[in-house]
Amino acid sequence: MEYVPHTRADIERMLRAIGVEDVEELFDDIPEEIRKNYVPLGLPPLSELEVRQELEALAARNRKLVPFVGFGLYDHYIPAVVNELARRSEFYTAYTPYQAEVSQGTLTWMFEYQTMICELTGMEVANASMYDGATALAEAVLMARRIVGGDRVLVPRSLNPFHREVVETYCRGAGIGVVDVPYDETGRLTLGDVPEGTVALIVQQPNGLGIIEDLSGLKERLGDVFLIVSVYPVALGVLEPPGSFGADIVVGEGQPLGNPLSFGGPLLGIFATRRKYLRMMPGRVSGRTVDAEGKEGYVMTLQTREQHIRRERATSNICTNSALCALRATIYLAALGAEGLREVALLSLEKAHDLAEAIAGIPGYELAFSGPFFNEFVVKCPDPAGVVKRLYREGIAVGPPEYVARMGVEGAFSVAVTEKRTEGELQRLVEVLRG
Amino acid sequence: MVPQELRYTKTHEWVKVEDGTARIGITDYAQKKLGDVVYVELPEKGRKLKKGEVAVTVESVKAAESVYAPVSGEVVEVNEELISTPGTINRDPYGNGWLFALKMENEAELSELLDAEGYKNLIGE
Amino acid sequence: MGTIYRKGKEGRRATSWPRWGKDPEEILGLLPEGLRRREPPWLPQVSQGELVRHYTELSRMNYGVDTGFYPLGSCTMKYNPKLHEELACLPGFAELHPLLPEEATQGMLEVLWRLGELLKGIAGMPGITLQPAAGAHGELTGMLLIRRYFEDKGELERRTKILLPDSAHGTNPASAAMMGFQVVSVPSNEQGTVDLAALEERLGEDVAGIMLTVPNTLGIFERDILRITAMVHEVGGLCYFDGANLNAFLGRARPGDMGADIFHFNLHKTFSTPHGSGGPGAGPLAVSEPLLPYLPVPQIVKEGDRFMLSYEVPKTIGRVHPFFGNVLVMVKALAYILTLGDEGLREASAGAVLAANYLRVRLRDIYAVPYDGLCKHEFVASTKNLGVKARDVAKRLIDYGFHPPTVYFPLIVEEALMIEPTETETLETLDAFIDAMHRIAEEAQKQPELLAEAPHNAPVRRLDEVKAAREPVLREERP
Repeated sequence: MEYVPHTRADIERMLRAIGVEDVEELFDDIPEEIRKNYVPLGLPPLSELEVRQELEALAARNRKLVPFVGFGLYDHYIPAVVNELARRSEFYTAYTPYQAEVSQGTLTWMFEYQTMICELTGMEVANASMYDGATALAEAVLMARRIVGGDRVLVPRSLNPFHREVVETYCRGAGIGVVDVPYDETGRLTLGDVPEGTVALIVQQPNGLGIIEDLSGLKERLGDVFLIVSVYPVALGVLEPPGSFGADIVVGEGQPLGNPLSFGGPLLGIFATRRKYLRMMPGRVSGRTVDAEGKEGYVMTLQTREQHIRRERATSNICTNSALCALRATIYLAALGAEGLREVALLSLEKAHDLAEAIAGIPGYELAFSGPFFNEFVVKCPDPAGVVKRLYREGIAVGPPEYVARMGVEGAFSVAVTEKRTEGELQRLVEVLRG
Repeated sequence: MVPQELRYTKTHEWVKVEDGTARIGITDYAQKKLGDVVYVELPEKGRKLKKGEVAVTVESVKAAESVYAPVSGEVVEVNEELISTPGTINRDPYGNGWLFALKMENEAELSELLDAEGYKNLIGE
Repeated sequence: MGTIYRKGKEGRRATSWPRWGKDPEEILGLLPEGLRRREPPWLPQVSQGELVRHYTELSRMNYGVDTGFYPLGSCTMKYNPKLHEELACLPGFAELHPLLPEEATQGMLEVLWRLGELLKGIAGMPGITLQPAAGAHGELTGMLLIRRYFEDKGELERRTKILLPDSAHGTNPASAAMMGFQVVSVPSNEQGTVDLAALEERLGEDVAGIMLTVPNTLGIFERDILRITAMVHEVGGLCYFDGANLNAFLGRARPGDMGADIFHFNLHKTFSTPHGSGGPGAGPLAVSEPLLPYLPVPQIVKEGDRFMLSYEVPKTIGRVHPFFGNVLVMVKALAYILTLGDEGLREASAGAVLAANYLRVRLRDIYAVPYDGLCKHEFVASTKNLGVKARDVAKRLIDYGFHPPTVYFPLIVEEALMIEPTETETLETLDAFIDAMHRIAEEAQKQPELLAEAPHNAPVRRLDEVKAAREPVLREERP
């Protein structure tokens, strides 16, 4: 076994020191009746070459389709520097930076990441990551309840259906009711009266239908009730950040920032809030301080919020997070800068609108909503299931009708466009739709 | 260091009785155990506390300890200085490091508290 | 070493992008005026070379398993195979969107299905969900399953308590409390295991379940495990097992045979996927027969030769992850299990337990081992007998080139050092660690300031955590 270095002689020396004859004796404390029931998996050990060949064969069985699919995960280009630097093993083989003196690398980039997330979202403090955008949103609702109280949360019908399902699961467990907020023909949410006992209003920007919400005036109507905004971080390259509209918590799916699609995981949960709520925030944070000689350095701080100290009174149970994905986001944002991020956003915006216009020009196809959109839109047509199948056959994937339907739109599919989609791919999609 | 004139609890609070009011803090022993205090969460004025209820949370970098109301009553004063200088609790636990004051509801509850000797025994001094 | 914000200059850039077709202002015109970003976010402006130097430099200020010995208790910092990283980067896995049609993702679904089947086999339990993104997320999912189970039986209102040994990981009480349970602590006995009499006293019809770490956080296997789980089942409760310490009995014993109803794996620990500076991990959950109807959806099933998603779970708790969990982590775990095979799984636990016991007997003549006896993959020592702080010993270890063990946990041992060597360290490394520990104990008597001021040769000296907490500076401020 190439990962275990013990030779026969090593094993014997260790056994002698311990004072037992055989390694098996070290397991005598596990009751015999348990050990004798063990059923092996029937797996012979394999060499590295065999494992590689087996896994490569599995990878090869996945068909490469051109992804015009969104739903919170987007196929943005990842610059080579991101892959190269994030794969340094000093990063990926380290643990959580509890021992600050030998973790300055991690703690420094965490501090950079927190700064970047605050800047993107227009918020005052950010944590060092949650698992993904959906659980970050669910945790935001739980945090809001700790501050506001109440027993129900307002959730738009247009919320990403996968995020909605996770929020519903958490809320059911935590005893919080979910109240639907409808949308109008523009695709934007229409907020009615805010009922007594409301914890928060969730707004997704842009929403699950791809439509850009108008955040102005919402917080004023909510008063003490929390405004939680879930963002698409690349869109914030060109959209006014939720912080400007009085959001209390901003969360989001950070995958589009330098992380591959990964069949949906690992992802990156963005979490930012107001400074006054800092001590109610879940998750780790890195803080700047000085060492014994007065030299600047970083430590994990405000840990009394966390489970390993506060236990059942902690702000969350989260421990392991999505650090390496947050590192990728940090390097991505540092590599792009504000200018690069704006360029990526503009490219996505432009290509999506060019494509939408071309699709809407095909007889039988129309955009489902009249509201402004960023890079994702919903298309209505007579036989969406058939159309989607036809696209698959031609090597193109779009947002499946069954998932669009979960947001209350029947007979439609969705399309997402990033800077990676070429002119040729756009044309091909239009041609197939034209039939 | 256990001042003679104060009353104590088994959970390491001290109580100074001043004309129907109980001024409350944590003992020198407690602040040493806790280490450098970095944050204090104080009750709001006017809040009514039952004896034994959590009134304050005092945090160091490695612990968050609850401070319980040693007697029942209404919060009439809180030491807001501590919000910006929580280290005062370490430097002067029995003086400027006091936490809050209660207008007592039932002075008979005082008899259930420890005197200085009793507290010294408890902490093995 | 400053942050990247202190590098670069106005106007520098590290990436280039294709040109647009239209004028940027015209494109921006597609957005409603009031919603266009008024002021750009403040982000670094660096050249590509500067960027690479900065993050390379940061990496050099980190200590990873590839740097040296990392005996961090409860974290299983074993060697991370390089093959794993390459496999997870295969475009056929990494570039796959999760909402592609099943016919385009058969290979990926097969990976998940096979891993699920293998994990069921390792746990000896009939159900699995791969969705939880980490151990604590698995615990939360477990609490949701327990709630749903009792809700279904009409007992949720009275089943309000979750029992926890006093040696439990902090995530356990936090997970239980997050889902509305009241946490009741069960004290340990003199052997460091669950006190059965105390357990008996706390058991009743108000108990929803118990959360156990097996072996426990002292590294001790609960010899009465069958008794404990039977007692909890007797009153109708469920048994949750925290699988952080699976490395102790991998390939030799199954939680299902110990009476577990729910068991979470930490793929980033036991299956070496790795830890990534704190994440991502993966916390798949295996469950017993009675909990099958409540598992999260979708489930990955095999029909004939085809792999598909199934939503046929009658009383599901719903989704706990937006998609299928941390898939790329699972690719690595599958590669690891395939590499090891049955033989390797046994060899891993044998090596881990052997190394831990070796360190225990070699260190116990100097450092106190409060619960001394056969340990599993880890053990807990204490510096209290030397009159020094565990923290100081830990920081001094850094000067000797080692990552410190876990300190001040479990809470039931004063000045605790929780040491987990794993199976992948050579005997020479273990001996060098023992030697360093002995020298530090000597220094503690002769030159205590060496410990109190350690580390002396790390990138920074000991950091002021009090200052960091009193005046939190959590971001770079705009100039």
